[in-house]
Amino acid sequence: MTDKESKDLQVKPKQELTSPAEQTRPGVVFTPSVDIFETDHEITLLADMPGVSADNLTIDLRENILTLTGEVEPFEDANEEDILIEYEIGKYHRQFNLSSLIDQSKIDAKLNDGVLRLSLPKVEEVKPRKIEIKTG
Amino acid sequence: MFYRKLFNIPTWGLNRSFRDFDRLRRQMDELYGALSGGNLPMPTAGVFPLTNVTEDTENYYVRAELPGIKSGELDIQVTSEGISISGERKIAEEGNNVRYHRREREAGKFSRLINLPGKVDINKVEAFMENGILKVTIPKSEAAKPRQITVR
Repeated sequence: MTDKESKDLQVKPKQELTSPAEQTRPGVVFTPSVDIFETDHEITLLADMPGVSADNLTIDLRENILTLTGEVEPFEDANEEDILIEYEIGKYHRQFNLSSLIDQSKIDAKLNDGVLRLSLPKVEEVKPRKIEIKTG
Repeated sequence: MFYRKLFNIPTWGLNRSFRDFDRLRRQMDELYGALSGGNLPMPTAGVFPLTNVTEDTENYYVRAELPGIKSGELDIQVTSEGISISGERKIAEEGNNVRYHRREREAGKFSRLINLPGKVDINKVEAFMENGILKVTIPKSEAAKPRQITVR
């Protein structure tokens, strides 16, 4: 573990979405980097969306399709001139197919420092239940 | 904007179209990089974090996307000619009994040095983080500021 923690961060260019399904406004669309992990009780999703404020983030869950959309405000003033531009800004958009049934009423989303943490609790029925076998 | 500086093209009203042109050029560079199999996609320094540097008459602005990094975890140093940004991005462990489906976010240390094109006033530098974006405002030193000359 110490080995992993001391490694240097490498540049990973933002992934531009190649076929945005429902693009109605001009602009670049990126797919945010995500971590998704699952326990017996819930699915948790972490997404890097720098520049997105809570007001500009939309999370939509419909028929097991989870859609994340984040709008980014232009960062520059009009009178600023570019000297060095290494990254671009644009919308974030990504969709996921969720395999388990999610309890919509208990979904919890937090946005901190540009990272979204989305907790998607599974509905009671799909939680694995240990069946006690009684010996008669 | 390298081309604009090189050819000394006036920028009034052309800002937008030049930005698009720059974007196209970057994409072409990216494409050529990908086709030749090289790992040199963009004219970037290839050092994390990727940085955007802009200027107006008063200040330089250095911006970087650093999601998940607290302001306290960043070390920013400014000299009269440049700025260094370093820190470490940590991703907390989520326990042993989790099954990962995707793991795209990365942790690690980073350190970046950027030279600014002119002299700066190191006493008035301001940095702030908002929604994972770092913005450092670096005032130009008096000697480096453009001066309006009135013709009499």
